[in-house]
Amino acid sequence: MEQKLLQMAEEAKKVLEEAKSLEEINEVRIRYLGKKGELTRILRGMGALPPDRRPRVGQVANEVREVIEATIAARTAAVKERIKQARLLAEKIDLTLPGTNFSLGHFHPLTLVQRQIEDIFLGLGFEIAEGPEVELDYYNFEALNIPKDHPARDMQDTFFIGEEVVLRTHTSPVQVRTMERMAGRIPVKVIAPGKVYRRDDDATHSPMFHQVEGLAIDTRITFGDLKGVLQTFAAEMFGTSTRTRFRPSFFPFTEPSAEMDISCVMCGGRGCRVCSYSGWLEILGCGSVHPQVLEMSGYNSEEVTGFAFGMGIERITMLKYGIDDLRLFFDNDLRFLEQF
Amino acid sequence: MRVSLKWLREFVEIDLPPEELAEQMTLAGLAVEAIHYPGKDIQKIYTGRIVKIEPHPNADKLVICRVFLGAGEPVQIVTGAPNVEEGRVIVLAVEGARLTGGLPIKKAKFRGVESRGMLCSWQELGFDPKYIPADQAHGIMVLPPDTPVGTDAKPLLGLDDVILELEITPNRGDCLSMLGVAREVAAILNRPLRYDPPQVAELARGIEGRTRVDILHPELCSRYVARLFTNVRVGPSPLWMQERLRAAGVRPISNIVDITNYVMMELGQPLHAFDYDRLREGRIIVRTAKAGETLVSLDGVTRELTDEMLVIADAAAPVAIAGVMGGLETEVTEKTVNVLLESAHFNPTSIRRTSKALGLRSEASVRFEKGIDREGCLPAAARAAQLLRQIQAGDVVAGAVDNYPGRRAPEKIVLRPARVNHVLGTALTGEEISRTLSRLHFEVNEAGEELLVNVPGYRNDVHQEIDLIEEVARLYGYNRIPGTLPCGVSTLGVRTRERALADQVKEILVGCGLTEVVTFSFVNPAVFDRFNLPAQSSLREAVKLQNPLSEEHSVLRTWLLPGLVEVLRRNFHRRVTNGAVFELGRVFSPRSRALPEERLMLAAAGTGKIAGGWNARGLTVDYYFLKGVFETLAARIGLHFSFAPVNNHPSFHPGRTARIFSGEEELGILGELHPDVLENLELTGRVVACEMDFAKITALARERRQHTPLPRFPAVERDLAVVVPRDVPAQAVEEIIKRAGGPLLHSVSLFDVYEGEQVKKGFRSLAFALKFLAADRTLTVEEVASRIENITAELAQKAGAEIRAEKMS
Ligand SMILES: [Zn+2]
Repeated sequence: MEQKLLQMAEEAKKVLEEAKSLEEINEVRIRYLGKKGELTRILRGMGALPPDRRPRVGQVANEVREVIEATIAARTAAVKERIKQARLLAEKIDLTLPGTNFSLGHFHPLTLVQRQIEDIFLGLGFEIAEGPEVELDYYNFEALNIPKDHPARDMQDTFFIGEEVVLRTHTSPVQVRTMERMAGRIPVKVIAPGKVYRRDDDATHSPMFHQVEGLAIDTRITFGDLKGVLQTFAAEMFGTSTRTRFRPSFFPFTEPSAEMDISCVMCGGRGCRVCSYSGWLEILGCGSVHPQVLEMSGYNSEEVTGFAFGMGIERITMLKYGIDDLRLFFDNDLRFLEQF
Repeated sequence: MRVSLKWLREFVEIDLPPEELAEQMTLAGLAVEAIHYPGKDIQKIYTGRIVKIEPHPNADKLVICRVFLGAGEPVQIVTGAPNVEEGRVIVLAVEGARLTGGLPIKKAKFRGVESRGMLCSWQELGFDPKYIPADQAHGIMVLPPDTPVGTDAKPLLGLDDVILELEITPNRGDCLSMLGVAREVAAILNRPLRYDPPQVAELARGIEGRTRVDILHPELCSRYVARLFTNVRVGPSPLWMQERLRAAGVRPISNIVDITNYVMMELGQPLHAFDYDRLREGRIIVRTAKAGETLVSLDGVTRELTDEMLVIADAAAPVAIAGVMGGLETEVTEKTVNVLLESAHFNPTSIRRTSKALGLRSEASVRFEKGIDREGCLPAAARAAQLLRQIQAGDVVAGAVDNYPGRRAPEKIVLRPARVNHVLGTALTGEEISRTLSRLHFEVNEAGEELLVNVPGYRNDVHQEIDLIEEVARLYGYNRIPGTLPCGVSTLGVRTRERALADQVKEILVGCGLTEVVTFSFVNPAVFDRFNLPAQSSLREAVKLQNPLSEEHSVLRTWLLPGLVEVLRRNFHRRVTNGAVFELGRVFSPRSRALPEERLMLAAAGTGKIAGGWNARGLTVDYYFLKGVFETLAARIGLHFSFAPVNNHPSFHPGRTARIFSGEEELGILGELHPDVLENLELTGRVVACEMDFAKITALARERRQHTPLPRFPAVERDLAVVVPRDVPAQAVEEIIKRAGGPLLHSVSLFDVYEGEQVKKGFRSLAFALKFLAADRTLTVEEVASRIENITAELAQKAGAEIRAEKMS
C-alpha cells in the first residue's frame, strides 16, 4: 500500500509536470486529492490493513498528499506565471500609433505676439489703455501736432467716416486720451495695443493692421530712458544678444524723434535678404513727447517730460515667426493658423 | 531723393567710401535708402566719331562704320543701327569692353565682315528708358558734335558716379537739394562747405521798365523775383548738365528748362521760365484764379481753376498755376528769344491744396509744400543767369525785379544747456552744444547761462528750443546717449479686468478646439442680403467709409459672424472642410454722437468635424458642440448660460437656434445657419455659429469659487429612463425631476436620448442619472424609493411621461 501511495505520488508529479493549464491542474487535483480521487480510494483500502501498519501508511498518505499539494501549488504558480507572461506578450500594442487627438485650437499669431509685448511692458510697470478705432480728427491728428494741411498727413492715407471722423491711422490718439484722462497727474506709463487703418493695400501694406503705442510721462523722463526701456524690450522680445541702434527720424508728435533698428534676427547682423544686407531691421518709431502735445493735453511741458513709441505688431510677428507675407494674417487659412 | 556723389563733392570734400558715408548720414537723420552704382559693370567705352559709312557687301540692313578714336587708325564696326551718320559722335565699346549686366564685347564677324567693337545704345549703358531721346530710342546713343573724341565715356555720362537714394523726412524740405544735403554732410563730417554766391555777367541795360510784378495776395506769395534773359538760343543743354540732371532723376529737355531744373536740384529753389514775348504787357500778376478760368498746363491738360488756387497771370489771364505747373501758352520753345525767369516763394499750404485739388504733383510743388528759403529766391535767379552765360545760351538783363512783401527777421531762439541735458539725459556743456550747432550753421551767442541761437533762413523746421535740442541730439549721435531706465515712483503693470477676461476666454475656447481668427473690420454691405437680414434690421445700420478701397470693404461690420463664416467659406474652397473658429473684436454702429458705438463681441462658427482619430469618433461641429463650448466657457468664468429657442431669426435655422441668457440678461444667439443663407454663400453642409456681447459677459463674469464641504455619507444613485412626447424639451423634464426630487436630490444629469424601434412613434426616451444625498445621514432605500415615486408621478402628470426603466446604478 505504501508502495502504491508512493507510486501514485510519482505518477501525480509526472502528470502535473505535463499539465499546461489551470484546468488541467485542477483535474489532477480532483483525480488524486478529490473526494473520489485516487488518494481517497487508496485510503479507503486502509481498513484491510493490520492496525499496526495503519499509522505508518497514514503518515505516508499525508506525506504523499503534501507532496502532491506542493507540486500542484508550484505548478499552479508556474502556469499562472506563464499565462501572465503570455498575456503580457499578447497585450503588446503598436506603440507607434498616434496618441489620442485632443485637437486643441490655436491662437492667432498676432495675439501671441501682442500678449508677449504686453507682458514685457507690464513687467516694466506699464498699464494697458484702450481707445476707439473710429476716432475724431482731433485725437488722431490735431492733438498730435498734425494740423490740417500738415504735410505729415500725407504719410498716412486716411479712411474717412465724416469730415471730422476717421478710422484711426495709428494708436497714438490713445496717448492723447490717456493724458486727458490723467488730467495732469503723473506718472503716466501706458501701452495701447489695437487695430489701426490706412488706405493702402498691396504686398507690404494691409488696410487694417495692429500697433502697440507706449507713453511715459514724469518729471525726469529723458531720451536716455526711452532708449533704455526700448533696449530692454528688444532684449526680451528678440533675445539678449540683440543689438539696437537709434536713427533720427520725424514724427510731428515727438521731438527728438527716432526709429529703432535691431540687429537682424535672421542673420545676426552679418547681412541677408531680410535685412537688405544692412544687418539691421527697423522695428519701431519713438521719441520724446513734443512739448506742444503735452501742453495741448493739459501738461506743463516745463515741469514734465515724456517719451512715446509705436510699433507694428505684424512686423514683429513676421520677424519672430519668419512669416514673409503680410496677407496671411487676415486670410485666416486654417493651415496657416494651425502652425501656431 | 537721388544725390550724385560727384555733384555733392563740389560742395564738400568726401574721402570715405560711399557705404560709410551712407551709414553716417543715416545715423544723423538723412536716411540713405539705397546706393546705386550706375556704371559698375561697364568698362572700356570711349567717345568716337563716325568718319565713314559704307554699305555691307552681304547684308542690306547692316553698314560698315569707321570710327575715329582721336588717334590712330579708325576702327571698323559693323552695325544695324538706323541713326548712324558720318560726323556723329558716338560711344564705342571696344574689344574687351563690358556693358550693363557684364556683357563682354569681342571681335566678331557679321556676314563675313569683321567688327572690332560695338556702337552703344542708351539701353546697353543701363539708362532708364525715360531719359532716351525719341530719335535715339531705336538706335545708338548720339553725343553732341563738340564732344571730344577718344576720351573715356564713363565720366562724361555719369557712369563713374555713385547715387545715394535718400529718404527725406517731411520736415526737412531744405534737404531736397544738393546744397542742402551738402550742408548736412559737411556738418556730419565736420568739414567746411564750399559754396560761393553766384557772379553774373550782365548786360549794361537794366530790367527797369521792361517788366513789373504785382502780388495781390502777399499771404500766398511772400516773394517774387523776376529776371530777364534776352537773345536766348534754345537748344540742347551741354552733356555735363544733362548728366547731372539724369543723376538727379530729371529728364533733360532744353537748355533753358534744364537750367531751371538744374538750379532747383542744386539749390532747392524751383524756377519757372516764361516766354517773355507771350506774356501780355510783359508783366506778372500773382493772384488767385477767378471762377471759370481755365489753363492748359504744360502737359496739355485743360485745368479748371478755382478762386482758392494761386495763379501767375499776365495782364489778361493765368499763365501758370503758381508753384505747381506752368502753362502751355507761355512755354519756352525753340522760337523763344526772350525769357522771364520766375524765382518765388509761395505759401506751402496753398500749394499743397492746389496740387491736391488738381491731382498734380511736381518736383516744384513738392518743394514749395515743404517750404523753401525765401532768402534763396534772389541767389537762385542769379545762379540761373550765371549758368545761362556759362553755357552761352543768352544774355542776362541787369538786375532783377524783387517784390518781397513777406520779408521776415531771422528766427532767434533761446536755448538752455540745462534743458538740453534734462531732455536728452546727457551732460553736455554749453560750449559743446554751441559747437555742435555751429556745424549746422546756426549762429550761437552766449547770454549768461543761456545760448541765443539765430536760425538760418532755410531751416524752416526750427522754431522752438526743442527743435534745437533735436539738432544737438542727432549731430551728437543718438547712439552716444546712454540708455537708462526711468527713475521715480514705481508703477504696477496689470491688465484691466476686461483684457484679463478676454485672454482667459481665448484660452478656454482654444482649449475647446476653436482656432482664433482676425478678420477685417470693414465688410461688404452685400453680406446683409446674403444673411437674409430684413430691410429694417438694425444690423444693416452700418458706419460707412467715405473713401473705401472697394465696395467689398465699404462699411464697418455690425456683427462678427459674416466674417467668420467667410473664413469657413474660404477654407472650404481650399478643401479645408472641418474647423471651428472664433474672433473677439469690435463691431460698430452709428449713433447721434460724433463717434459711432464700438462694442466688443465674441463670435464663433464651425462646420464638419473636429478631433477624432483612429481611436475616437471625433466631434461633430453642430449646435450641441458649440453650446457645449459656451457652457464650458460660462462655467469657467462663474456664469451659467441658458438657451431659449428662437424660430424667427432670418439668418438662422428656425428649429436649431437659441438665444443665450445669463439670468435675465440676453447675451447673444447660437444656432445653425439657415439653409437659405448657406445657399446664398454657396456653402454645403451645416454651419453652426454664435455671437455674444462680450461687454455684457465682462460685466456679469465673476470669480465665483466657493468651497462646499465634501459629503460625509454615501450617495444613492439611480438611473431613470422616461418616455415622453418628442416635443417635450429635455430641460422641462429635468426641471420636473428636480422639483419633484426635493432637497435630497443632489444632481440630475441626462446621459442618453433614444428614439427608435423600442419607443413608440412621436415619443423619445430620455435617461437621467439621479444622485440622492443627505448631509447628515445615510439615506435608506425607502427614502429614495419614495422620491422616485414622487418624480415618476409628477412626470406622468406634467409631461405625459411613462417610466421605461429604473435601476440602481
Ligand atoms: Zn539679415
